[in-house]
Amino acid sequence: MFDLDRWREIFQSINKNKLRSILSALTVAFAILLFTLLFGIVNGLTNFFKEAFADDAQNSMFIRVWKTTKPYKGLQLGRRIQLRNTDYDYVTGEYSNKIQYQSARIYKNFTIKYKNNADAYNVRAVHPDHQFLEKTIIDEGRYLNARDLKEKSKVIVIGRLIKRDLFGEKPALMKRVNVNGISYMIIGIFSDDGGDNEERMAYIPVTTAQMLYGNNDYISQINLGYDPSLSLDAAVAFGNKLERDMRKQLNIHPDDQSALSVRNMAEANKNVGQFMFILYFIAIIVGSGTLVAGIIGISNIMIFVIKERTKEFGIRKALGAKPASIISMVVQETVLITTLAGYVGLTLATFILSSESLREVLEEYFIKDPSVSQGVVIGATIVLVLSGLIASYVPAKRAANIKPIEALNAD
Amino acid sequence: MIKIEKLHKSYPIGKDSLHVLKGIDLHIKEGEFVSIMGSSGSGKSTLLNIVGLLDVHDEGNYYLNGQVIKDMNEKKAAILRNKFLGFVFQSFNLISYKTALENVALPLYYKGINRKERLEIALEYLEKVGLKDWANHLPNELSGGQKQRVAIARALVTKPKVVLADEPTGALDSTTTDSVMDLLKAINDEGMTVFVITHEEEVAEQTKRIVRLKDGVIISDELTKASKAV
Repeated sequence: MFDLDRWREIFQSINKNKLRSILSALTVAFAILLFTLLFGIVNGLTNFFKEAFADDAQNSMFIRVWKTTKPYKGLQLGRRIQLRNTDYDYVTGEYSNKIQYQSARIYKNFTIKYKNNADAYNVRAVHPDHQFLEKTIIDEGRYLNARDLKEKSKVIVIGRLIKRDLFGEKPALMKRVNVNGISYMIIGIFSDDGGDNEERMAYIPVTTAQMLYGNNDYISQINLGYDPSLSLDAAVAFGNKLERDMRKQLNIHPDDQSALSVRNMAEANKNVGQFMFILYFIAIIVGSGTLVAGIIGISNIMIFVIKERTKEFGIRKALGAKPASIISMVVQETVLITTLAGYVGLTLATFILSSESLREVLEEYFIKDPSVSQGVVIGATIVLVLSGLIASYVPAKRAANIKPIEALNAD
Repeated sequence: MIKIEKLHKSYPIGKDSLHVLKGIDLHIKEGEFVSIMGSSGSGKSTLLNIVGLLDVHDEGNYYLNGQVIKDMNEKKAAILRNKFLGFVFQSFNLISYKTALENVALPLYYKGINRKERLEIALEYLEKVGLKDWANHLPNELSGGQKQRVAIARALVTKPKVVLADEPTGALDSTTTDSVMDLLKAINDEGMTVFVITHEEEVAEQTKRIVRLKDGVIISDELTKASKAV
C-alpha cells in the first residue's frame, strides 16, 4: 500500500543523512556499472567471433588436397593428389545420411568481358548446393540448378561487384558475357557477407567447367555441409572418419597431414564454443564477485546505519512505533536507494557501451557491438535490491525488537 | 490508573544478578501528581521504565488502566504506549533531524492521524508550551529548557492518561526547572496523571505525593504540602 507519510519519513531520513545515502547508492551503482561493462565486453568478444565465422555456413567441411610428403604403398612422395568425380560420388554414397549439402569446387581465373569492360576474376565451378555452403545471397535472378549441371549450360552467376565493374548501374541479368573467349549467360547476381573478395567472384556449373576446360573429371576441392542435427562432437568424429577414409581412398599415408586435410567448422565451432564458455565462466565469476562486493558494501552500511539509528528507533518506539513500522521504514529506504542507484549504474553503463568513440577503440581489440541483454542486467539489479532488502531487514528486525529502554540508552 | 503488586526486577550482571526492585506495592489513582525520590541505584528509573512499558518486570503484577501487563510483545506494548502514556526524558530524546513541530507530531503519525491534522494539533500543543514561534527549528537550535518543553508537548499531544517524566529537570538550570515544573503542574491541573522521577527535593515538593525508594523498596509514601494546599 502506498503510504505518503511513510515516504515522507523516508525522504526526510535520506535527506538528513546525505553522505550515508550517497555512499550506499555509490556502492550499488558501481557494482551494477562494473557488472554491465564486464558482460558488455564479453558479449562484444562473442559478437566479434560470431561475425568472423559468418562467411561460410557453420556446418561446412572442406576436403582439400596437395602433394604427398610421405611414401605409401610403393608410391613416391611428392605425388600430386587429384580429386575426381569418383571421389565426390564416393563421399555421397558413403555418407549421404550425415550430409546436408555437398558441392565440388574447381578454382579458375578468367577474364570476364562485357562490351569494352574486362577484368580478371576468380571463378568457381560448383554444384547447386554450394549456394548454401557459402551462404551466397541471390540479389537478382537465380543460382545454378541441377538442370544447368545436367545440360552443362554455359551460365554464370556473378558477384555484385563484378556486375558493378562491368555494367555499372545498367541491368546485367540475362546479358551475355565473354569468359575467356566463351560466351556465358548471366543468370544471377549475388552478394556475400564474407567481404569484397567473395563478391568479386563468379560461379559456373562444375560439369560445364570439366567439359570446357580440359574435358576431364578433375575437381579441386569437395565442400560438405554436415547434417546440422549432429552434435558438435559427432560432427568432429564424422570429420575425422571422413579424413581417414579419404586417405585410404586416395592411397595417402594415414599420417600425411600435408597431402589431404578436412577443414571442419565443427572443430572451430567447438573451440570457439569452449573459448566462449570459459570467457562467460570467468565473466560470471568476476561479475558475481562484483555483485557480492556490492552486497557486502550495502550490508556494512546498513549495519552501521542501523546501529547509528538505534536510539532514534527507541524514541520512536517510546512514542508508539510498532517494530514492523520501523523495519519497513528502513527496508523501504534501502530498497529505494538500491533501485535508484542500480538504475543509475545501468544507465551509465549503457551510455558508456554505446559511445561511438569507445566502440571504435574496442573494435581494435576484437570487441564488437558490446551490449548486454536487459534481462541479465535487470536480474543483477534485482539481486542487489533483494540483497539490500535482506541486508537491511536482518539488522533492522534485530534493532526493532530490542527493548526500547536499551535502544534509548544506546549511543 | 497504575496498580503495582509485589513487583520484582533484577538485571543479570555477568553470572550474578542485581536485584533492583524487591517487591514494590504502589497504587496511583487517576489525576495524581506523584514523584518518586531516591538516590541513584535505588531503582526509581527501573520502576518508571516498567511502568512505561519500556522494560518488563520479572515477578508481581502490574495493571495499567485496569489492564494486566504480562508477556507483552513489542507491538502490543507500542500500541499501549501510544494510547496511554507520554514520556519526558532527562535527555529530551528529540529526533535531531526533525523540527520541533515534526517531533511533536510524531506520536500522532503512529496513531494514524493524517499529516495536515497532526501538524495542526502539534502546533496547538507547541503554543501551549510557549514555543509556537520555534515550530520550524531543529532541536539543536533550541535551549535545554525549550527542548524539554518540546518533549513535554510531544508527550501530551496524544492526550495520554499518564505522563511519565524521568528526571525532567535533571539537565536544566533552576529557572527553566521552575518553568518545566509549572507546565507539569498545569497538566496535572487538567486532570492528567503525572509521574515524575527526581532526586531533587525542590522538584519533589512541587508534586502532590512523594514516594521514597531505597535499595529497591518503598521506605515512605506521603502527601506533600502542595496537595494539602489545594
